[in-house]
Amino acid sequence: MTTAASTATPSSAVADLIVASDLQKTFPNKKGEPVHAVRGIDLRVPQGEAFGLLGPNGAGKSTTMRMIACVSPRTGGELQILGMDPNLDGIAIRDRLGVVPQEGNLDEELSCRENLIVYGRYFGFSRKYCAAKADELLEFAQLTAKASARVSALSGGMKRRLTIARALVNEPDMVLLDEPTTGLDPQARHVLWDRLFRLKQQGVTLILTTHYMDEAEQLCDRLVVVDGGRIVAEGSPAQLIAQYCTREVVELRFTPGAQRQHEAAATALVERVEVLPDRLLLYTTDGDSTVEAVHQAGIPASSSLVRRSTLEDVFLTLTGRSLVD
Amino acid sequence: MSGALTGTPARRGSGAEQPRRSGWTYRVRVWEALMRTWRPYFWSTLGESIAAPLALLLALGVGLGSLVDRRGTEALGGVSYLQFIAPALLCAAALQAAFSESSYAAFDRFKWRRTAFAMTATPVTPAMVLDGTVMFIATRLLLSGTAYYLILLLFGAAGGPWGLLMVPIATLMGVGVATWVLVLSASLDEDAPGYFNLVLRFGVVPATLFSASYFPLDQLPGYLRPLAWISPLWHANELARDAAIGGLPWWQVGLHLVVLTVIVVVGFAVARQRFRRRLEF
Repeated sequence: MTTAASTATPSSAVADLIVASDLQKTFPNKKGEPVHAVRGIDLRVPQGEAFGLLGPNGAGKSTTMRMIACVSPRTGGELQILGMDPNLDGIAIRDRLGVVPQEGNLDEELSCRENLIVYGRYFGFSRKYCAAKADELLEFAQLTAKASARVSALSGGMKRRLTIARALVNEPDMVLLDEPTTGLDPQARHVLWDRLFRLKQQGVTLILTTHYMDEAEQLCDRLVVVDGGRIVAEGSPAQLIAQYCTREVVELRFTPGAQRQHEAAATALVERVEVLPDRLLLYTTDGDSTVEAVHQAGIPASSSLVRRSTLEDVFLTLTGRSLVD
Repeated sequence: MSGALTGTPARRGSGAEQPRRSGWTYRVRVWEALMRTWRPYFWSTLGESIAAPLALLLALGVGLGSLVDRRGTEALGGVSYLQFIAPALLCAAALQAAFSESSYAAFDRFKWRRTAFAMTATPVTPAMVLDGTVMFIATRLLLSGTAYYLILLLFGAAGGPWGLLMVPIATLMGVGVATWVLVLSASLDEDAPGYFNLVLRFGVVPATLFSASYFPLDQLPGYLRPLAWISPLWHANELARDAAIGGLPWWQVGLHLVVLTVIVVVGFAVARQRFRRRLEF
């Protein structure tokens, strides 16, 4: 196997598919200060891992993904993808990546099958290979019945599935998914997760960005929480919850605005309290006894709920902000 | 089938073939994709490239031409009005086709359909997207130019055998203009104030009128003639007319060719940089 590039190394020698150190991206800005989208992040993703970049909009997730996808030159730090440098071997790297972009870029005027074939042709594959691969991938994406339907006639979930299928046309070493389920209804999200989970089972390395905590918990072996262009925490979903949260959370609902008056009383009961617009979150090891204590303290919540901690709580702890706002 | 869906980990060599990798393969594949997108429009384009010349040749060449020719053809260099305007009509058609393929159609791939971004997620680079796009536009111009030439033949307005050179001349001019419109398409965030319409109204249409298409340049007052010199269409008209009916000194032929070539080369270089800025940021 050969590539156009000089510094390419065989994949067998590469244990970590992504190695980034102090990776930075700064955009020049005509009207004033340059924008520091990524302010120095370190990553190491081994083969076969499902790795997540988690963070709110504007955290620098997509910019990082674009640098990994070799379509955005870094402005600082080091980056190795599949053992190669994107600045030198972009063609050889992209040849072995599958990319599912956040904004759809399927050709709406072509059929599902045609979209897969055209895309496969960009990699230099023969017509015969592309045709066979298209049929195989349509089946994987559960779109065989829609093979000759125009993309413009598909639902959002189907389009996203087709985009994922398209990203697999070159049997990539690594699939990059930028917010794969944003904007989909719950059922479509579950169908999509199921497909991604199958890929993961087959050992395909997945890199995904999301601002949905449940998505990260479902799919990621390991993740980093990104905020303001920096990594603020790293670990498996369970590790992060254990490290940054208590086991359970008591949610107390109030009429919006009223929650502030009871913050002090609640703080006396547990280690930590977060204030949301209509709620107080009480972090505790034992939810039921905390609810008991709340009633005894006479805090007049309109309702109370005990639940397990999630990554959402981790994020709240780390940044003091909610993820989706 | 094996590979991503059955193999672990997904690697080439088991089921996936080793692709041929060379810069030209990728450029040709971009061209191929654009040809495929054009396919549904092929017959309507072909119909247009036949109907438009038919209408223009009948109305201007035959209709208006009978009036013009009655007053003598010395001013036209001794050829009939039909023969005089035929090369210019072919070039004007190429200019319009070049504009339409490089304006909204190209902008669409950056802005609405975003398919240019799909291309560059693969080994294809921004420069290859440009190259393939220009190859596609050249193909399109050669095809519709040839159709136009055949219609001119039917009307006996295609000149001698050298008249066939009108097709590559018009294509060269069209590609030159297209590279510059592609620069605009790759640079615009929005088409909000209607930039493309401005180019059409204040660029393409006046160029068609003041490039010695319908009357010789010396019929214009001297101070208006420089308008033609800066029009790529005028240089193409002069060359195409020379190919069909002759009469141009060799040094002028050389000069027109140089101008058209410079437009292509510089336009291409600027477009390359703009495509890169649009697709790699």
